[in-house]
Amino acid sequence: MNAPLLDVRDLTTTFPVGSNLLGRPKAKVHAVDQVSFSVARGEMVGLVGESGSGKTTVGRSILRLTQPTSGAVSFDGTDILSLKPSAFQAYRRRMQLIFQDPFASLDPRKNIEGIIAEPLSIHRLLPRAQWRDRIAELLGMVGLTPEAMKRYPHEFSGGQRQRIGIARALAVKPDFIVADEPVSALDVSIQAQVLNLLQDLQADLGLTMLFISHDLAVVEHACDRIVVMYMGRIMETANTADLYANPRHPYTRALLSAVPSLDLDRRREKIILKGDIPSPINPPSGCVFRTRCPHATEICARERPVLAEASPGHAVACLRAGEI
Amino acid sequence: MIRIEAPPVLEVRDLQTWFDTERGLVRSVDGVSFSARPGETVAIVGESGSGKSVTSLSVMRLIAAPAGKIMGGSILFRGRDGGLRDLVTADAATMRTLRGNEISMIFQEPMTSLNPVYPVGDQIAEAIALHRNLGRKQAWAEAVRMLELVGIPASATRAKDYPHQMSGGMRQRVMIAMALACRPLLLIADEPTTALDVTIQAQILELMRQAQREMGMAILFITHNLGVVAEMADRVVVMYGGRVVESGPIDQVFRTPLHPYTRGLMASVPGSPFRFRDARGRLRLQAIPGNVPDPRHLPPGCAFASRCADATDACTAAMPVLEAVAADHQVRCLRWKELLP
Repeated sequence: MNAPLLDVRDLTTTFPVGSNLLGRPKAKVHAVDQVSFSVARGEMVGLVGESGSGKTTVGRSILRLTQPTSGAVSFDGTDILSLKPSAFQAYRRRMQLIFQDPFASLDPRKNIEGIIAEPLSIHRLLPRAQWRDRIAELLGMVGLTPEAMKRYPHEFSGGQRQRIGIARALAVKPDFIVADEPVSALDVSIQAQVLNLLQDLQADLGLTMLFISHDLAVVEHACDRIVVMYMGRIMETANTADLYANPRHPYTRALLSAVPSLDLDRRREKIILKGDIPSPINPPSGCVFRTRCPHATEICARERPVLAEASPGHAVACLRAGEI
Repeated sequence: MIRIEAPPVLEVRDLQTWFDTERGLVRSVDGVSFSARPGETVAIVGESGSGKSVTSLSVMRLIAAPAGKIMGGSILFRGRDGGLRDLVTADAATMRTLRGNEISMIFQEPMTSLNPVYPVGDQIAEAIALHRNLGRKQAWAEAVRMLELVGIPASATRAKDYPHQMSGGMRQRVMIAMALACRPLLLIADEPTTALDVTIQAQILELMRQAQREMGMAILFITHNLGVVAEMADRVVVMYGGRVVESGPIDQVFRTPLHPYTRGLMASVPGSPFRFRDARGRLRLQAIPGNVPDPRHLPPGCAFASRCADATDACTAAMPVLEAVAADHQVRCLRWKELLP
């Protein structure tokens, strides 16, 4: 395989919390804690986790919408975190974002033509005379008709708005897309339409995609490879088929077994985790998952597990992965 | 355990709940019938605008007047005294004695259903004192016992917590403790785990199953999540456009769905056994074309016809009737026999 399009090394993003008498932060939350992974050209990688896992912050840090604290993000061979804003602008065109909420992410005062023209105007890719044709073409790619141009977001259903958001992201011909929960706000029958559309676009345009979701069934369906996060750290990463067939981390196992299955014969065989996700302000020592892990021993409290390859392409951050 | 010999605790017949809005009359629920026996979990599943939540709110008589009104049908509820009451015609005082006592409800977002300025223990004790005629001290002790029952550690201390001091999963446990405090005969759960993470959802679903085994109440479970239906329901009612399109025992409906909408919905779910591989060898979902219908403008005939690959002219001409295909399995489709796989 050729060099990855995106390579994330030891990415750490912290947020200050609270403030003392002098207005200085009292503590730091490690929203993303030493996260490393890469995405090959044309690959669709799923980033899954529950609330507070840091999956959205990873996506935003890669796009520099949130300033990472340390680590490196290399895109097409360039370290984009060290670029000046003016130099980063060219990369911003190549890296686009699709949002979760199709109701909040489209400006209600602009018509669809105005919404999709905005990135064209910012990145000056095309003479203005050609915008209209390009917008019609983009609408066609996402399954809408050119008549949509003169209409406003409120005239569209959730699924149609998500298609408009996708058309806007594609307007400047990106090679990399971060899709943050792109189908989570949609009805099931509409979710399937949008998932199929994303798969088609990815294949037809040769897009590389980081697909962020809390829904394990959605990422299993859509992605080639999965990265599982918990409390800001990567627990496990593997090819999709391998991860779902042989999950090695106790968290991944519990997560997969917790997903309600349509298969009536698979009802009731569950690993039910005890307790809640701990407070990120005061994370557990050692392995962050140990407070809920059925296999935790005293070494798990002392030592922080590193992400290590257990078999080719399959890495796990668990001290006891070999025994259990 | 479902008590098959027991008469249904809830029997909804031909329920019609309509809303008079600025933009016209909305028949949110239009002729819905189903029943639930003690110990049974009946799931109502549907997408936005299907009428599933309005159905559950109608049973609680929580439809906001004057815009919303139950226009017809009956909601027969068999109370603790064994008597049968029609909740559609019950007066406000009767409903007050039933709600939170013989019938309780839990909602999707526990934060909006709990009072933010009182400790959670007080809120549970209030319901207990009101319906079970206990003194303050006894009611508090009972509230703590309920919190322990739903798996809240250090329940005597946590009872003094305010809702904002708890996580989403803990708050939903508090709601369940409150709902179960008076040992209801019917628990209505409207998307109770939709706002929760999947590992917490698994905990709450397990808790509900366990409570049902111990108390034997019927559960009316409203959800859009077919996986949750598969795990929880004994029987399922599939709604579309304000009507029941298919209903029956989960083993029949989910193994051999007969309505094209039920089939389409099941094939839409990522991870569904009804997926297929395309020419490139990728797993594909069988998406249902078009949009979820606007309940304000339902077409004549079958509401699903415009999205159905098998629709004919007859489907748009007249509304198909809900037809019995087996004991307890019903489908509303003109062509179900021809379309059998």
